[in-house]
Amino acid sequence: MKYAIIVYETPAEFAEREDPSTAGAYWGAYSAYNATLAQAGAVTGGAGLTPPHAATTLRIRNGKRVVADGPYAETKEQLGGFFLIEAESLDAALDWAAKCPAATRGAVEVRPVLQM
Amino acid sequence: MTSGAAAIAERAARESYGKLVAFLAARTRDLAAAEDALSEAFASALRVWPESGVPDNPEAWLFAAARRRIIDAARRSQTARDHAAREIALAGPDPEASEEGAPEMTLPDRRLGLMFACAHPAIDAAARTPLMLQTVLGVPAERIAAAFLVEPAAMGQRLVRAKRKIKDAGIPFDVPGPDEWDDRLGAVLDAVYAAYADGWIDAAGADADRVELVSEALWLSEILARLAAHHPEALGLRALILHLHARRAARRDAAGGYVPLDAQDTALWDIAAIREAERVLFQAGRLGRIGRFQLEAAIQSAHAARAFGRRVDWAAIVQLYDGLVAVTGGSPVAALNRVAALARRDGAAAALPALSPLAGILDAYQPYWALRARLLEETGDRAGADAAYEAAIAQAPDAATKSFLEGRQSALRKNVEVRDGGSS
Repeated sequence: MKYAIIVYETPAEFAEREDPSTAGAYWGAYSAYNATLAQAGAVTGGAGLTPPHAATTLRIRNGKRVVADGPYAETKEQLGGFFLIEAESLDAALDWAAKCPAATRGAVEVRPVLQM
Repeated sequence: MTSGAAAIAERAARESYGKLVAFLAARTRDLAAAEDALSEAFASALRVWPESGVPDNPEAWLFAAARRRIIDAARRSQTARDHAAREIALAGPDPEASEEGAPEMTLPDRRLGLMFACAHPAIDAAARTPLMLQTVLGVPAERIAAAFLVEPAAMGQRLVRAKRKIKDAGIPFDVPGPDEWDDRLGAVLDAVYAAYADGWIDAAGADADRVELVSEALWLSEILARLAAHHPEALGLRALILHLHARRAARRDAAGGYVPLDAQDTALWDIAAIREAERVLFQAGRLGRIGRFQLEAAIQSAHAARAFGRRVDWAAIVQLYDGLVAVTGGSPVAALNRVAALARRDGAAAALPALSPLAGILDAYQPYWALRARLLEETGDRAGADAAYEAAIAQAPDAATKSFLEGRQSALRKNVEVRDGGSS
């Protein structure tokens, strides 16, 4: 089955991306994770996202665009990116989720990809 | 012949239900479809067997019939997903020949995998036991709802949601690897124990749904002890449930009144069940890894000594509760039971200080007030005991417990009056 490993990060993690003293460790952890996924032939896609301050949310109400600054939900952890993987079962996907750097600090959501 | 065939179909339905569901749904993970197909297969068995005779291998016959229905349903359906399910079903291990009723096929037993799927951490905890009862034992949703005191519609919803989660999230019907075994089996055992405990509340056996739940849990524990025989806690749970079950006839007197454990007539205990419990617990102990259910079973085993004319060893029971408090991470209920044992070993006055830390935590737990009342009564604090009885009575779960506590309270009050009368 195809699963999305959806990465939710804390403000501290987003900050680490920018801070020169922590950026190396932060990106290194994700590169290593991605490399492990790739090596296992498990990853089929994905993307990292800019921090939530860059997000814009749009709704169409009464036929009009309502555009608002900021992410869809104001939660402590924010969507930071996602990986698309191929895994045998939810348990196998959860094993991959457990290796994701965000698992120990933010949260990782695992969701099957809709089969079209 | 007719009734014989029907009886065989019914027995096959009961004994093979979970096995067939587990096998039919193992690949597609679609429990609802497997259950629907199986109930159609049972219905057709009830029609066909009385006429053409009972097949040599009823289980294989039912499997082939149910599998054919799953494939037919998938053929009728237009969705890609169901087509995929059909491919998967067709790729199943049994040969076409079995559709003619080839008798030699034996199904591998995947019930344990099904139980692990039902108790998966990704499933809503409140749905795990009901789901297991429904898919492994075929207990109808209405009866599960009644036993768990939930509206049938709400229980139906919960079960449907859980089955959708299994199918859509791809929860596997696998027995997990050794490193996860302890955590994951724990959830399975907890679910079975919860079913038993829920049925156990109804000591009088007045509620048919609860009586049924007890026997289902008893059966699940037996299956688990067989399928997970190398796991000491599966055996521990079996021993615990057998010990509790052995006393079912002694928990109420002829008038339906509550009988405390140490006042129970041991002649009413089921000695065969106790011996079986002891045998299973011994087997668990030889595996050399202690756990919650083994400790609880060992405590029940210590109480069972009375059945063999031996005294109850309260010092041993206190030690077992020490262990139980430790393995449960300081469970307040285990701590409360430890205080009760402590009182029997060292007397009420020595045990009372151990009760204080539980005040507040167990305020809404009737056994806390009942124990507090008894200990205060024994240490001569009549006013305190009276108030504690009052609180216990207010929280009594059933009429028998309530009238037992009222009896204790009125005895206490009479005692007060007699003594006061005597001293003035």
